[in-house]
Amino acid sequence: MALGIGCTARPGNSRNNKTGSWRVFYPVMDTEKCTKCGTCQLICPEGCINQNPDKTYSIDLDFCKGCGMCAEECPDKAKAIHMVKEEK
Amino acid sequence: MVDRTIENFDCGHRACGGCGASAAVRMILKGAGKNTIVVSPTGCLEVFSTPYPETAWKTPWIHSLFENASAVASGIEASLKKQGRLDKEKILVIGGDGATVDIGTLCISGAFERGHDFTYVCYDNEAYMNTGIQRSGATPYDADTTTSPAGVCSTGNNRPKKDLPQILVAHGSPYVATATMAYPMDLMKKVETAMNTKGPCYIQVHTPCCTGWGYDGAKTMEIGRMAVECGLWVNYEIVNGELTSAKKVKRVPVDDYLKAQKRFRHLFKPVRNDAEIAKIQAIADKNAKKYGIDIE
Amino acid sequence: MEGSIAIAETVRLCKPQVIPAYPITPQTHIVEGLASIIADGRLDAEYICVESEFSALSACIGASAAGSRVYSATTSQGLALMTEVVFNAAGMRLPIVMGIANRAISAPLSIWNDQQDSIMMRDSGWIQLYAEDNQEAIDMHILAYKVCEDYNILLPAFVCFDGFILSHVYEPVDLPTQELVDSFLGPFNPYQKLDPKDPISFGMYATPEYYMEFRYEHDQAVHRAAEAIKKYGKEFGEVFGRDYSELVVGYKLEDAETAIVAMGSICGTVKDAIDEMRAEGKKVGLLNLRCFRPFPSTDVAKALAHVNTISVLDKNVSLGAKGAVAIEIKEACYGSNIPVYDYILGLGGRDVRKRDIKKIVELAEKGEGDMFYGLREEVL
Repeated sequence: MALGIGCTARPGNSRNNKTGSWRVFYPVMDTEKCTKCGTCQLICPEGCINQNPDKTYSIDLDFCKGCGMCAEECPDKAKAIHMVKEEK
Repeated sequence: MVDRTIENFDCGHRACGGCGASAAVRMILKGAGKNTIVVSPTGCLEVFSTPYPETAWKTPWIHSLFENASAVASGIEASLKKQGRLDKEKILVIGGDGATVDIGTLCISGAFERGHDFTYVCYDNEAYMNTGIQRSGATPYDADTTTSPAGVCSTGNNRPKKDLPQILVAHGSPYVATATMAYPMDLMKKVETAMNTKGPCYIQVHTPCCTGWGYDGAKTMEIGRMAVECGLWVNYEIVNGELTSAKKVKRVPVDDYLKAQKRFRHLFKPVRNDAEIAKIQAIADKNAKKYGIDIE
Repeated sequence: MEGSIAIAETVRLCKPQVIPAYPITPQTHIVEGLASIIADGRLDAEYICVESEFSALSACIGASAAGSRVYSATTSQGLALMTEVVFNAAGMRLPIVMGIANRAISAPLSIWNDQQDSIMMRDSGWIQLYAEDNQEAIDMHILAYKVCEDYNILLPAFVCFDGFILSHVYEPVDLPTQELVDSFLGPFNPYQKLDPKDPISFGMYATPEYYMEFRYEHDQAVHRAAEAIKKYGKEFGEVFGRDYSELVVGYKLEDAETAIVAMGSICGTVKDAIDEMRAEGKKVGLLNLRCFRPFPSTDVAKALAHVNTISVLDKNVSLGAKGAVAIEIKEACYGSNIPVYDYILGLGGRDVRKRDIKKIVELAEKGEGDMFYGLREEVL
């Protein structure tokens, strides 16, 4: 791969870095409880929550760092996400 | 209308888990819309998003130095103007508080004085976080940082936050606002407004930092809300020098907000420092009065 | 016309789209000239009255990255203030051309000429060209854009001309026509630019796994610039009638026994002194360095191979060591056993006259050198 002159690069490469490996906790999404409000997708610092065809959401565990913001902010009437400790 | 489907900040970046700034940047880019050119100074955002060859930016993006983002933006604006591209493309600087309020003051003042058409969004995590949590001009009163540490003869940072928004109002900016990533819809709307306002616009966005402030990353939004609810952070808009909106709150005492963060722990342990907490309460009271945020 | 105005008129011919400008003696007439040209509608460019030189070059970076040809000019304190940006612009491989009206560096404060300012930037990865007279100063601007914008080069360049001595002096110059400059330069076609249609991240950071390779590539580019300058310098000669295909130019050097090496306007004085010395039977010659970076070591070694004595005139001093040009000349001539004597002179605008050149040749031939020449003993 030739060097990007002036230390430049085109988009896409950050996805080579699978930040999911950082996690201590991981989120479990119960799509039956999901009210499709979209809050988790909006606030995720990684942008790794994606909308499913049925408009619920799922979390891309390749990149999820397990911060827990989605579980924390999922509205009380849904509480569709809870955090689970990673197995060794 | 803000297009919430815009995703211009990719996965795989190296921000801490629970980073307020990276969540904020995703929202800011949604508010900014298509055809945005982003300029970043050195700082957390620049560093966690572009370790060669990995870049998380899906917009055109440029980083030069720590203090010159506004000057670089000025040059881009002039170039786009000459190329006839300024009607379709917009320029957005996203930089941290250190780069904006301290070392970048010269360049931001010059750019705003000259009236370039661009928007500057400062993500305010209230210290030089990338280098390990040092005090900046935006560090709040009594916060513990490595260069304003609490100790036997110190209660932390001994100065209030520099009011850069008001300084830029004085420069004649047509739109100056404050926002927080804890209220995403408000933030996105303000970014959209700024990007569509001709002239140099400024938004300072409160972005809680779990690593620097000392709280569990899952609570980033909650900490951000608590800052607004106690009056230490005010969300407002100043259009052409006139205050046109300020978020009203049923204000609570500052204690809970301070208690929730390690950087203020020295105010509560080993004993509650009544005098200092009273001073911080006074800052919140002053903010409330100045911007009229109290719900009666 | 005045040197500064000639430069402003030439920059106009190169059609930059953005000119960020900050005034500083002795470059001021250039930026004033450009402002006037734009105000009269003779150049369609954005003129940015920046708040400091630091911002001037930073704005150049932004404008160049966005796809515009840019120009700025500075000197001395302004260049020093820009230091961070100078290295940054070069590392970002942006083809910015900047005029440097060489001036001494503070402290003590001096507005008068010497070459310390551009010389202290020699590590930065910018091309450095030095003009002997105003014709060279304007020609080198056009040549610089051509070299810098070559996709195989992509470097910024300093065009250096002695402050006051060239910038403020009235000389007849041949200003090229717009047609000729257009045919030689053409419009700016950037290698890469900030464009939503093809997003690129500029100025990423490099970890230890990559940094060395970037610096290596940058160094290679500066070395390649030597051939590019020669190639485009030859083309320049064919288009404009003045050849710049050599990085070093000899004057009465072919049969010289003593060589004087110098850079910039001092060469004019040296040539006159040489003519007088030749008339007296002394075999003296001049090696004029047009290009300081990349340093033309091989060309220098070849040109000086046959002489007995080399005296280097340095309008700068690397304090605690020697003059920068002498250090490079010694390195180029290493292994030849020809003595190289360094004469620090002309600092802070101290006048250098023909008789000083003659005295220096005498000193060199006596084996006395490596000194500050012309000190006023009564003041020390």
